[in-house]
Amino acid sequence: MIFIDIKKPLKGVKENMLLEVGLTLKKGSFLALFGASGSGKTTLLRIIAGLEKAKGQIIVDNEKWLDKNKFLPPQKREIGFMFQDFALFPNMNIIENLLYINNDKKFAEKLLSLSGLNALKNRMPHSLSGGQKQRVALCRALMRKPKLLLLDEPFSALDTKMRENLQNEIMMFHNEFKLTTIMVSHSPEEIYKLANIMIEFKHGKIIKKGSPKELLLKTSGSEKFSLIGKIIDIIKADVINIALVSIGSHIVEVVISKEEAKKLKKGFSVVLSTKAFHPNIKVLNEDTFS
Amino acid sequence: MNLDLTPFILSFKLAFIVTLFLLIIGIPYAWYLSVTKSKIKPFLESLTALPIVLPPSVLGFYLLVFLAPDSFIGKIAGDLFNVKLVFSFPGLVVASSIYSFPFMIQPIQSGFESINKNIIEASYLGGKGKLTTLFRVILPNIKPSLLTAIIITFAHTVGEFGVVLMVGGSIPGKTEVASVAIYDYVENLDYHKAHIYSAILLMISFLVLFAVYYINYRQKRKYDFY
Repeated sequence: MIFIDIKKPLKGVKENMLLEVGLTLKKGSFLALFGASGSGKTTLLRIIAGLEKAKGQIIVDNEKWLDKNKFLPPQKREIGFMFQDFALFPNMNIIENLLYINNDKKFAEKLLSLSGLNALKNRMPHSLSGGQKQRVALCRALMRKPKLLLLDEPFSALDTKMRENLQNEIMMFHNEFKLTTIMVSHSPEEIYKLANIMIEFKHGKIIKKGSPKELLLKTSGSEKFSLIGKIIDIIKADVINIALVSIGSHIVEVVISKEEAKKLKKGFSVVLSTKAFHPNIKVLNEDTFS
Repeated sequence: MNLDLTPFILSFKLAFIVTLFLLIIGIPYAWYLSVTKSKIKPFLESLTALPIVLPPSVLGFYLLVFLAPDSFIGKIAGDLFNVKLVFSFPGLVVASSIYSFPFMIQPIQSGFESINKNIIEASYLGGKGKLTTLFRVILPNIKPSLLTAIIITFAHTVGEFGVVLMVGGSIPGKTEVASVAIYDYVENLDYHKAHIYSAILLMISFLVLFAVYYINYRQKRKYDFY
């Protein structure tokens, strides 16, 4: 059981705010922290890790990590932390990166072979791809056999395919080692896939809490079917006008009227939706993988 | 021809002691400067950089005043350690340490400032204390800066002239280092010896600089550091 009840004043970009979080988490949960940039998600993660101080209480499995009179330093908290930029030690090769944390060669090799990285164990971090580095970072985070695995936007530096691989890997380790995991994420898709509980933040406060299924589907169900994108080009083809709209990692073509073609310009952010129950869906790529 | 190597030995002995001393105090001091958010940081940085811009004669003059046997510091050194700080080798060590201070601090400080803070936190989160983190993660990852600091400090101490002349005098076998010896030879119109000494110093200086740049060039190719 993990109990968190903390307060910390934060200096925001526009205004100061108070980060105020109270939550209880069952062992084995996979919690996602969701919300706009600057809403306090990463700070909360760093407070749990002991990298930043705050007022309040953190209790993990009956062990006090933070209290009025107590601040357990990060060295003593059984935590695995995965940084957004991997933060591998550049002066050590892959296996040394793991052994530095815990000199258990068998365990290090087990982790590396579970993630299929055994062949790379003597390589230096700078010679690895982003996806490989992130997997090494994940293995390194597990070397301490942590009670709590903290992931700070683990997929933000990766392309779609790498993301999928790493998501599967995180799920595998989460189940294999019966971890409690807290992940900061901007992506509803990731959260839906991985987490079994999620919290949405706004200005340092929890505004929604529940299962991803409830929160994510409810939001999109109550609003009409719509996607947000950016116009990257407007093309005149014979008698029709076509807008190229980039949505996420996809680009879609949308037929627009003459009037709209005059109104819209390259670089505009737009909302694509349906009208009168006639969704206009064009298949861009039949490969369902991406 | 009988070439007296004593001035060179003195120069290198001085440079070795000064470099070692500055390295030991330089690492914690540069670390403090790199992490502090205190208002006295610009003040300390200015003080540190002062020897770079100050004429050696000005620095030498103040050091003579403050290290003289009847001065406060001179008295303490004399009474407690029985050491004379002017016109003596210990005095040269003190003066050179002050003169070469910025050459040790600045590269190490910029190394500390450019290191990715997340790898330091990753080490803490791996259960490692501050000292282990310093020796196994921080220092190995600022190796080029450390090497630059050590070699430039050493070379700069070998090459200094004004301060060692003023604080050390020019006592053969005691404080007459190579650069001062050359000055003495020129004054005595012994151009032959001045030539030889100068050529040796020129060669050593070039080799030292070449070593720094070559090692850093190789390091950068070896790892994609920052």
